[in-house]
Amino acid sequence: MDELIKYAPDLGLGFLENVKLSLVAAVASLILGTVLVAMRVSPTPVLRAAGTIYVNVVRNTPLTLVLAFSALGLSDQLGLVFSDVPLTNSFWIVAMGLSVYTAAFVCEALRAGINTVNMGQAEAARAIGLTFMQSLTLIVLPQAFRAVVAPLGSVMIAMIKNTTVATAGGFLADSAAVMKITFDTTGASIPIFLGIVVAFMVLTMPIGFFTGWLSRRLAVAR
Amino acid sequence: MSTSVLFDAPGPRGRIRNHALTVISVVAVIAVLYGVYRGFDAKGQFEGKIWQPFLQWETWEFYIIPGLIGTLEAAAVSAVLALAFGAIFGLARLSDHAWVRIPAGAVVEVFRAIPLLLLIFFIFYLAPMLLGGGDYAFFAVVLGLTLYNGSVLAEVVRAGVYAVPKGQSEAAYAVGMRKNQVLRLVLLPQAVTAMMPAIVSQLVVLLKDTALGYIIAYVDLLNTGFKILPARFFGSLIPAAIVIGIIYVALNMALSYLATKLERRSRRSRKTAAAPIAAPGSAEVGIGAGQGTAGGGLGPDEPLE
Repeated sequence: MDELIKYAPDLGLGFLENVKLSLVAAVASLILGTVLVAMRVSPTPVLRAAGTIYVNVVRNTPLTLVLAFSALGLSDQLGLVFSDVPLTNSFWIVAMGLSVYTAAFVCEALRAGINTVNMGQAEAARAIGLTFMQSLTLIVLPQAFRAVVAPLGSVMIAMIKNTTVATAGGFLADSAAVMKITFDTTGASIPIFLGIVVAFMVLTMPIGFFTGWLSRRLAVAR
Repeated sequence: MSTSVLFDAPGPRGRIRNHALTVISVVAVIAVLYGVYRGFDAKGQFEGKIWQPFLQWETWEFYIIPGLIGTLEAAAVSAVLALAFGAIFGLARLSDHAWVRIPAGAVVEVFRAIPLLLLIFFIFYLAPMLLGGGDYAFFAVVLGLTLYNGSVLAEVVRAGVYAVPKGQSEAAYAVGMRKNQVLRLVLLPQAVTAMMPAIVSQLVVLLKDTALGYIIAYVDLLNTGFKILPARFFGSLIPAAIVIGIIYVALNMALSYLATKLERRSRRSRKTAAAPIAAPGSAEVGIGAGQGTAGGGLGPDEPLE
């Protein structure tokens, strides 16, 4: 327990980085995922194919590879640099990789949501003369989002847990990296491990409860 | 709802608009690809020299294949252990005895909530303290994957048993079967069929997560292919990432294909009264599903295509 108290400030700062990564990746992946799902149901075969290929490739690649490639390949070799400060740069590299990866799962969840929307809804939208973009943004997507609040919550919870893989992208300030550095001096410490685990649970469990509550509240009665 | 309901069969003006959109999106896709190509070219990523190693058998023999074996070994061992863990704890959670049900539930919920990498780190540092010196990378990866994926599979088992219609167990009790017989002879055989697709998609997650071993220097495909190989052949980092990326995607897509096939078969099957259950979380992200099979707007009977 003493170890946890002694290293708590470091670990807390590390955990804060996880929270920051989660916030950036949540916003970016929801936007990118929505664009991807619009591509995947669009009338243009080329966009559909591009969306499908993106989702299948990204979803089947390990996140560790995505992040390591972003850091060592895109940043170091190909010169994609967000900031001159190495730590800030690797933060944004990891945030980018995490968003790109999570977007594929957001897209899949939304597509499942579109499948639950009643066929009559889209038919009615067409019958009153709405265009594809209108029926998608006004009729189908709002209902699809309501149907997948809980799965999107799961995606976000998984994404928050995935922020620990930031180490693979060279971002050595998050709680996993701090825990590893601390273990190098203290050895495996059960209080420190449990402390971080509890911190993650405090972050993820309310999301689970909230999205569960929201999905019941928003459920479309059919 | 199939996607084609979203737009009409296009008329003459719609066709022209669609053709225009197709042209624009082709141009956009080509522009993106060309941008990537230019970026790669400017840094000399298309020189034959750095791709050369992948044409030599030695590269495959000494780097890629040993790594692939490491990945598959870790995945196979932890898949077997995770299935056993999932079966035991899933059934324990269904027990009528609170002293079995509650601890099992606590174990499953806790291991499902821990970020997998933290668990692997912890085991990696704890094992030498408890068991003495040695290389615990394989042990840490396998145990971490087993505990995490086993907990998710336990939820799958529970959902699978619940997916069997109530009438089945009522009928079984009515003909005089005991609790153990009902579970063993009536519920489980039907539940396993319904669980198959969800189990296989969890195994895809497990296979992908073996790559976390890279971080604790376990000799897996990512390690030999992305760390050791580019150090040996200078400049081959990006070709190496592309080659091992293709291997991972191919492996996982083969497994996912199996999952869809199994799902189709169990939907057709008359051997079970239970509909196939959705994969954990329906939208699974690498290291973790949050909600298990419980939350989901994805009715299993709605086609995804």
